[in-house]
Amino acid sequence: MRLFPKIPLADWVDNFVSVLTERLEGFFDGVSSIIGWFVESIVNILSLVPSLVLIGIFVIIAWWTSRWGVALFTALGLLLIHNLGYWPETIDTLALVLTSVIISIIVGVPFGIWASQNETVKNIITPVLDFMQTMPAFVYLIPAILFFGIGVVPGIIASVIFAMPPTIRLTNLGIRQVPKDLIEASNAFGATTSQKLYKVELPLAMPTIMAGINQSIMLALSMVVIASLVGAPGLGADVYRAVTQIKVGVGFEAGLAIVILAIMLDRISQNIGRSKAD
Amino acid sequence: MPEAKIKVENITKIFGKQPGQGVKLLNKGKSKQEILEDTGLTVGVNKASFEVFPGEIFVIMGLSGSGKSTLVRLLNRLIEPTDGKVFIDGEEVTKMKGDQLREVRRKKLSMVFQKFALFPHRTVVENAEYGLEIQGVDKNERRNKAITSLELVGLRGYENSYPGELSGGMQQRVGLARALANDPDILLMDEAFSALDPLIRKDMQDELLELQESMEKTIVFITHDLDEALRIGDRIALMKDGSIVQVGTPEEIMMNPANDYVERFVEDVDLSKVLTASHVMKRAETVRLDRGPRVALQLMKDEGISSVYIVDKKKQLLGAVHADDVGKAIENNRTLEEIMIRDLPTVTPETLLNDMYEKMAASSLPLPVVDESNRLKGIIVKGAVIGALAGNENELNIKEVKQ
Ligand SMILES: Nc1ncnc2c1ncn2[C@@H]1O[C@H](COP(=O)(O)OP(=O)(O)O)[C@@H](O)[C@H]1O
Ligand SMILES: [Mg+2]
Repeated sequence: MRLFPKIPLADWVDNFVSVLTERLEGFFDGVSSIIGWFVESIVNILSLVPSLVLIGIFVIIAWWTSRWGVALFTALGLLLIHNLGYWPETIDTLALVLTSVIISIIVGVPFGIWASQNETVKNIITPVLDFMQTMPAFVYLIPAILFFGIGVVPGIIASVIFAMPPTIRLTNLGIRQVPKDLIEASNAFGATTSQKLYKVELPLAMPTIMAGINQSIMLALSMVVIASLVGAPGLGADVYRAVTQIKVGVGFEAGLAIVILAIMLDRISQNIGRSKAD
Repeated sequence: MPEAKIKVENITKIFGKQPGQGVKLLNKGKSKQEILEDTGLTVGVNKASFEVFPGEIFVIMGLSGSGKSTLVRLLNRLIEPTDGKVFIDGEEVTKMKGDQLREVRRKKLSMVFQKFALFPHRTVVENAEYGLEIQGVDKNERRNKAITSLELVGLRGYENSYPGELSGGMQQRVGLARALANDPDILLMDEAFSALDPLIRKDMQDELLELQESMEKTIVFITHDLDEALRIGDRIALMKDGSIVQVGTPEEIMMNPANDYVERFVEDVDLSKVLTASHVMKRAETVRLDRGPRVALQLMKDEGISSVYIVDKKKQLLGAVHADDVGKAIENNRTLEEIMIRDLPTVTPETLLNDMYEKMAASSLPLPVVDESNRLKGIIVKGAVIGALAGNENELNIKEVKQ
């Protein structure tokens, strides 16, 4: 029934990817080892600290940035995770999420700034971001494996692709929302583009940027199970194993740990944004 | 005539897609309204030309939408002109590249905004030092200058508050301090006091005038309020539909409106708040104290007046005498000094008519006008005041004022 032969889209993509892998092998290896080293360092540092001390530190951070309610929740939640025996996995997951978010910020904020300064860039980036977010997150695993093999790094890459869009979007939005008369005042005093950016636009956009980072954190957390499919360790891997082996109890425990982590990170990052805004 | 501080030649701004077309239509003599209907282009400013001299407060006045904000932004190119030229200190701003323009904005021009435009994330002193920070002035120096500038506008003690914690009037003081901290030659003030309530607004006007006495900046002040324009302007430019329809001193605008538009603008104004003693005063007949009563009496007879003012050698006012008293003094052999009326109520040449009614009512003699060293400059006769308030130009000394 075909009028035309099938377009070999799958072949083209395969070819494209294999050309990329060959040509840029060195680059991918480099990126891979940097990210790998970074995650490992976080895991090592967090593991070095006795678990109860680490819990104490998190409680202090929660108390410092937010109300005592969040601090209490953090204390009880982390102690429960510890008690259930998921502490090492929690550290792995935390390292995965932190790394993904840090990369999202390092890459996303500059892109957001660029998009805010340049209409063309914004018009190109916006549909790309829509695409990144609507594409099933699963799909990112395939090129991630091809370029970065198996393990935590491709998991992080997939997480970054999925989690970065809100940071870019809200950085762009936050800067564009800075009142026109303040931009005008800054120009009237003879500010250069970068002075205007650092002294006026970024500080005023900070609450919005933090809201974007908060969303990125949540999206990165939502990727931990998917990342475990390519071999990233952590709570996601436990959930995945529980699902494949139909172990409801273990699945519940690991899932609960992820939820506790999610609430804790959400509240803390939300309040960092707010306290900066005041 | 001194060299102009700011010189504007045919500056034009057309908003819209193909502004060049608008310029052509303007050259053909089309109006703002016609151009909008035919092409959808908005004429913001239509070939405005004027000069502002050093130390002058030049007011640009017009109704909302007449192009005032656009015009003032063309001076520092916050809005790019479509056509025309702007010179500051003889240098063509409209030709400058980015760096040069920035330098002019940093050193020569500061702006004060209608809605203050303070940075909400910076404290009062951080706002005030913004311009210096941009210039890379080191931290101590710029802090000191910012604090000096805040003291100048009466905001000592508020350095570490945030703008959001201050009242409107105080916020605009911060705006003024921020503009002054750079020590610019020129202040551009776009409806700087329009957002304030009337009493505070008047205070700010007074303070600006007071500051201006010592700083002698060149100020371009935008307002839609004629009273404000008359109060603070050395000269006023009236705008309508993007064009300047008249430029002149407050008296010229009031007394010789260039057209119906200006006349309508001006007709509701209370002249007593515009005209001063110097506008209506007449020459005073005087006698030196040492000349004695006979000379005084002769003078009064010659001039047909019933009283005369007594001055010393330096023309300083000592008092006045009535013809009747002088007659008696001659009979009784008494001196002018013994019979003259001392402690006369006086006004200065700058006193507004509005502020002299009480003194006029309290005195049977015409009010003497004296300068700061008590030298007699003239007298105020009731008839002349009434004539001037009725709009009779013959009662005004416009030429003398301009000297
Ligand atoms: N950015 C702009 N785009 C299009 N039209 C504008 C813009 N800014 C001002 N105008 C138009 O230019 C004219 C003059 O405006 P403006 O200078 O703000 O007047 P004023 O300050 O006297 O109230 C008005 O008709 C206004 O609608
Ligand atoms: Mg305006």
